[in-house]
Amino acid sequence: MAILKADNVSIRYFTGDFKSIGLKEYVVRKLKGNYKVTEFWADRNISFQLEKGDMLGIIGTNGAGKSTLLKAISGIMDPTEGSIHTEGSIAALLELASGFDGDLTVRENTYLRGAMLGYTRAFMEETYHSIIAFAELEDFQDRPFKQLSSGMKSRLAFSIACLVEPDILILDEVLAVGDGAFRKKSGEKMKQILSGGVTGILVSHSVSQVREMCNKILWLDHGKQVGFTDNVKLYCDAYEEFLITRKLPGSEKEIGALAEKHHKRLQKRQETLQKDQEQSLLETLQNIEPEAAKRIAATVLEHFDACEG
Amino acid sequence: MRIFSELKKHFFLFQELTKRDFKKKYKRTVLGMGWSVLSPLLQLLVMSLVFGEIFGKDMPHFTIYLFCGVLIFNYFTESTKSGMRAILENAAILQKVNVPKYLFLASKNLSSLINFGLTMLVFLAFCVVDRIAFSWRFFALLYPVAFLLVFNLGMGMIFSALNVFFRDISYLYDIFVMLLRYLSAIFYTVDRFSPAVQRLFYINPLYCYIRYFRIVVLEGGLPSGLHHLLCAGYALAVFGIGALIYKQCNRKFVYYI
Repeated sequence: MAILKADNVSIRYFTGDFKSIGLKEYVVRKLKGNYKVTEFWADRNISFQLEKGDMLGIIGTNGAGKSTLLKAISGIMDPTEGSIHTEGSIAALLELASGFDGDLTVRENTYLRGAMLGYTRAFMEETYHSIIAFAELEDFQDRPFKQLSSGMKSRLAFSIACLVEPDILILDEVLAVGDGAFRKKSGEKMKQILSGGVTGILVSHSVSQVREMCNKILWLDHGKQVGFTDNVKLYCDAYEEFLITRKLPGSEKEIGALAEKHHKRLQKRQETLQKDQEQSLLETLQNIEPEAAKRIAATVLEHFDACEG
Repeated sequence: MRIFSELKKHFFLFQELTKRDFKKKYKRTVLGMGWSVLSPLLQLLVMSLVFGEIFGKDMPHFTIYLFCGVLIFNYFTESTKSGMRAILENAAILQKVNVPKYLFLASKNLSSLINFGLTMLVFLAFCVVDRIAFSWRFFALLYPVAFLLVFNLGMGMIFSALNVFFRDISYLYDIFVMLLRYLSAIFYTVDRFSPAVQRLFYINPLYCYIRYFRIVVLEGGLPSGLHHLLCAGYALAVFGIGALIYKQCNRKFVYYI
């Protein structure tokens, strides 16, 4: 039983139609005779299906149509063609740091955001203090939001968002935010949520993150579906090779070939790295003074002894 | 029915949005909410200084006559002008969560309604000072107020949708409001016109609501049945058009904000 099913989803934007250029420009262009509407397909014929507990990673370069697809899945946009069928509640955590109101205080913004995410007032009152504590903003509660640093803003956004308990969770580059310490904390929190059997969709530019967390991959490029698979390793390898060579694979076979190439590249890199290391070690050894060489040798020997002991 | 369950589901968001709109309005002003009372009063002062000599010379309760117009018209302008921006201002939220779009408009309208309520209290205080006899008829004022609210919501829906597609509308609207203001007999009386022209004034919905107030407060009567029908008819028609537009295009907003 699929919990999320996208069937031939296409989403179209119009650019330059009279709604997007304003009345005056519309009349002017109409008079000059250069009024043109161009259509732009942000997504074209995307199909995939997720079961309960799946974690889908969407990969693709900028402008591949990832965010638009997420908007369609979360119900913010309707697909122009095709259909999306979902079961259960959806929470979409998109572009977390935007949508706050700079003039309101941190406290007011926290409640507003909570309301946006569909929490109840009782729930917010209960969890408000732990949200602020998690975001480490205890001393800023009544400050205007615009006075916070951008790191603080994203910390607050994350802390509110991570309380969601949906059936389908959509994450757009929000896995880990803030500085080192908070990044660790937020990453752990996210993993904890995802391990709870939720069906997830993750958009990330970090391929290693996708490798680690996802069991299915959807690869998009300029709105087209390059592939949908559960062979995470193969696709991630091919994608990383694509990022270097910029050659888009046309078929399943080419994806395999691309991944193969990536292995070779990695191997070669490993080899040259090893060679370089050996080379530099040799050079150092040749250039040092005899006294120092003796000392190093002694240390190395001691080290070996310690290991054996 | 669906609307009610939706409203219930999003009620917390609606409250928070209204709170935000209300707070933002007076953020960092010294007088804060006092402005919602003070600004119509100052407007009233200026108008009675300017027009009192010309139109109000031999008219008892001219201030109250003016106040009726200012009260109604200000509520209309404020709620439609802020309602018009409701969708564009909340673009960042609309692009992020899937909530009914009319929530944003409704929250703007509610905060204008609160303002109107405050001004209304001052208006009643003025009536006391001006020795206008209160009677049970004053409760009838709830009738035009209720339909004015519906009318404003309808106008808000129409113009906030148009504003998404043609930004130029907000400039045109300012001119439209100015024209409407002059046609609403706020600071002059209509007796100088022939009866036929006087009837033409009823084409303007705002005039209907203002006239309703004046009949009840100043003339101590109740408007005719036709007048009641007009008040309701304008509001329901405009609301119907607005609702239709929203039904048609609220899913398209997100492409143009």
